[in-house]
Amino acid sequence: MTKQKQQQGSKRPILFVFLGIFTLVLIITLLLRGNDVALLNPKGTIARDQRGLMFTSVLLLLEIAIPTLTAFYFIAWKYRESNHTVTHQTKPRHSKALVFGIWAAPTTIMLILATVMWPATHRLAPQRALETGTKPLKIQVIAMRWKWLFIYPDQNIATINFIQIPIDTPIQFTITADETPMSSFWIPHLAGQLYAMTGHVNQLNLMADVAGDYTGSSAEINGSGFAGMRFTTRVSTAQDYNSWVDSVKDSKDILDTTEYQKLLVPSEYNKVGYYAQAGPDIYATMLTKYSGSHNHHTEAE
Amino acid sequence: MREFLLGRLNAHALPHEWFTIGGSLAFIGLTVFAIIVITRMKRWKWLWNEWFTSVDPKKIGIMYFIVGGFMLLRGGLDAIMIWLQQALASGSSHGYLTANHFQQIFTAHGNIMVFFVAMAFVFGLINYIVPLQIGARDLASPFLNTLGFWLFVAGVIMVNMFFLLGGEYAATGWLAVAPLSGTQFSPGVGVDYWIWSLQISGIGTTLGAINFIMTILKMRAPGMTLRKMPLFTWGSLCSMIMAVTVFPLLTATLFLMFIDRSFGAHFFTTNLGGNAMMYTNLIWMWGHPEVYILMLPSFGVFSEIVSTFSRKAAASYMTNVLGMIGVSAFALSVWLHHFFTMGSSADVNAFFGLMTMIIAIPTSVLFLSWIATMYKGRIRFDTPMLWFLGFVALFAVGGMAGVILAVPPVDFQLHNSLFLVAHFHTMVVGGVLFGIFAGLSYWFPKIAGFRLNERIGKYAFWCWVIGFLMAFTPLYVLGLMGATRRLDHYEGSTGYQPFFIMALFGGIVIMIGVALQIVQIVASIMQRHRLAVDNADPWDGRTLEWATPSTPPSYNFTVIPTVTSRDAYFEMKQQGLPSKTVYENIHMPRNTASGIYISAFAFVAGFGFVWHMFWLAGIGILGMIIFTITRTFNEDTEYTIPAAEVEKMEKERAKKALTAREGKDIGGDEDMTLRQFIVIVVTWALSVIKEKKWRTW
Repeated sequence: MTKQKQQQGSKRPILFVFLGIFTLVLIITLLLRGNDVALLNPKGTIARDQRGLMFTSVLLLLEIAIPTLTAFYFIAWKYRESNHTVTHQTKPRHSKALVFGIWAAPTTIMLILATVMWPATHRLAPQRALETGTKPLKIQVIAMRWKWLFIYPDQNIATINFIQIPIDTPIQFTITADETPMSSFWIPHLAGQLYAMTGHVNQLNLMADVAGDYTGSSAEINGSGFAGMRFTTRVSTAQDYNSWVDSVKDSKDILDTTEYQKLLVPSEYNKVGYYAQAGPDIYATMLTKYSGSHNHHTEAE
Repeated sequence: MREFLLGRLNAHALPHEWFTIGGSLAFIGLTVFAIIVITRMKRWKWLWNEWFTSVDPKKIGIMYFIVGGFMLLRGGLDAIMIWLQQALASGSSHGYLTANHFQQIFTAHGNIMVFFVAMAFVFGLINYIVPLQIGARDLASPFLNTLGFWLFVAGVIMVNMFFLLGGEYAATGWLAVAPLSGTQFSPGVGVDYWIWSLQISGIGTTLGAINFIMTILKMRAPGMTLRKMPLFTWGSLCSMIMAVTVFPLLTATLFLMFIDRSFGAHFFTTNLGGNAMMYTNLIWMWGHPEVYILMLPSFGVFSEIVSTFSRKAAASYMTNVLGMIGVSAFALSVWLHHFFTMGSSADVNAFFGLMTMIIAIPTSVLFLSWIATMYKGRIRFDTPMLWFLGFVALFAVGGMAGVILAVPPVDFQLHNSLFLVAHFHTMVVGGVLFGIFAGLSYWFPKIAGFRLNERIGKYAFWCWVIGFLMAFTPLYVLGLMGATRRLDHYEGSTGYQPFFIMALFGGIVIMIGVALQIVQIVASIMQRHRLAVDNADPWDGRTLEWATPSTPPSYNFTVIPTVTSRDAYFEMKQQGLPSKTVYENIHMPRNTASGIYISAFAFVAGFGFVWHMFWLAGIGILGMIIFTITRTFNEDTEYTIPAAEVEKMEKERAKKALTAREGKDIGGDEDMTLRQFIVIVVTWALSVIKEKKWRTW
């Protein structure tokens, strides 16, 4: 058809492809300037470990992907119809070595990745308590429509859409939901997400090691107020944290059953709220609401 | 009384937001326009007799493509609306959609793209090509095939029903995860529309899959053992076996959800013993294999294309087949990787992570065997091959992202983020859709008798690739920045906005690609005489479908060929085609409208259930039963074309083929340029306006 044209321009598309990739990388880099890429910029031990694991996996995969893709496009170009300098075959030569190689290469890479993945999954299991020697700070998390209620049982305070935690201290979140569809509790700077489900308690352990404010959200869609269900996590020194607890205790609101019922009414884009006292059995009473369900909450008990 | 008759249906249900009204009007307007055109052209009888009631898998295949094509435009429009909202809704601006409406749009987008675009195209290709590839005249059960197609159409109408009648669509995400989809949190009719559109079309899929398994296993040409079967047929067989395995699971899950919603049961509710986690498990046990059901035929298409366009038999054929079987076998055991974050123990998560990594092995094997096929081949770069080259790059990126997501601790960070969205779009667009486009441009000459315009096809390809990279690279980055999917609004301080705007532009470039594909088809039709294919075999094909004339007659093969090797037609060409044909009587299935009637009643039943008009649902179910029974008593389902008639038809066709290139075409070059196309269209439009030609229409 247009064989002559193809022959002349056979190198041009390759140039365009490289130019295109370069432009794309350039644009992305420019857009990224001044932005905080949460997953690449972790502020807690778990998130850092998770990032390391991500890098390891990517590198391992690139080890097979780069040679394969290079070979692929090189062979496609080299054996093009218009190239008369190479010999062409019409029938493939059957080769046991080739078949073996085809199966062995990806199997090897996946085996290596699996040996990295298996222990890492156990080491980074969210329910696993961190081995630091310090007693973890407990925070009970309740996903509501569409706000996060946090109860500090040992401090006897509660907050809405805001938590403050001390630096270098293990934190133990016990996550559940009340009258809310499945939600997902996620602070990308500190650790991966975990589902918040009614009648079920999920435990998430993490530790922050850089002070700052980090946004958290519900990663799972749970209704019309979903996008506004954001909260701030403030990581500070133990001193600042303690004075913050004291300041919360000075606030005038109290989380009792009436106030809790008010919170259950769906509302969107909620402001931060503080409760000087939290009824000691609010969390436990709420869970009994779902005791008839098939869900197990043994992990936290 | 009113409640009994109309159930939940009342005036409030009618569309009242400006864009829903606009959508409704456009939808109804198009339908009315189509009806007027068909009536004016007096084509109703022809449509009904030749197409709607046809049991010819080739015609059903084309109808799948037409419906799927329209749904691609519909789903694409949804995609642009989603991107536009996300590009706008930063900080103090909340975009142009309410959260609820935005959620309905992305739910509809997902459902339409997976069920009514990708599935439609896959079934279209399988319908058209598989019988030809295995040397069969029709399917094992031609009736099941038309029934399956019309059930699918009923599903399509159901998913668009809220446009016609109002109400709402599900705002729950494409899998309507419980308990969000329960009546407690989604009291409207949206989720019911979702249930019934999937239920009805899903049953159609199950029936179609059973039919194709029977056809492939029992109706191959003599000599075609399983080890000599073309690779696209292998991919289709694996895909259909998976569909039969998991679609009943979807049917059962949807049924439980229906009982929950309509009769107040508690399978998946938050209280009274319901277990929403069970729903997540069930739906993904179907949902993950579903992705591979779409993927495997594409793998088959690519295997064919690599071999044909390298002018070389597939290297390591058995490895290729084992790769596909491996993918389909392991696809059934990886579903939990969709919810590592639900809080399972580390052992469970690690096991499913391991299974997911194992499935990457047969997939990589397919890639390596394609390289082996290209090695020392003689490679041509026509559009089907271009789609393949594009697919490899995108699929490699998407596949790597997938394996990373299979590492549970990494998944905790990336799950539900836009990284995940970018990953599966890379797989479904780069893998499934590119495979379908490759297959379509490869087999178009077979279907139409003329090939597609290569030049405009290449423009379309580049628009798709460039648009895709522009649209989805930002989403990978946004995922790493911690942006979750399905956001109808985000804070300005997050810095997401420039990336969303870039994605929107990428989406527009993809739309240009789609427009070019339409232009490509129109331009090719304008030049159909010049692009007519010689000897019905434009690509020097290797498999049996190229042994038939293009377009194939309703009975596909005048004489059923005997197969002696893998690339049957290539072998035949080497040995010389038989010079004399011995004509024989051919038995063919009769057209039937039963499939349409049963599907219409299925639609009525679904509609009744959606609006709680249970009397109507009863009528629907009764109608389905009656028409199914009536059909089973119909024994006059076949007819015979006598040998003499076949001979006459064949000779006529041969005569016509000789003159195929003799018609007059418009347009300059053999493959007209985009510019020439625009000039022709504009000149034509001007002449219409000047000479008031519409008066004669």
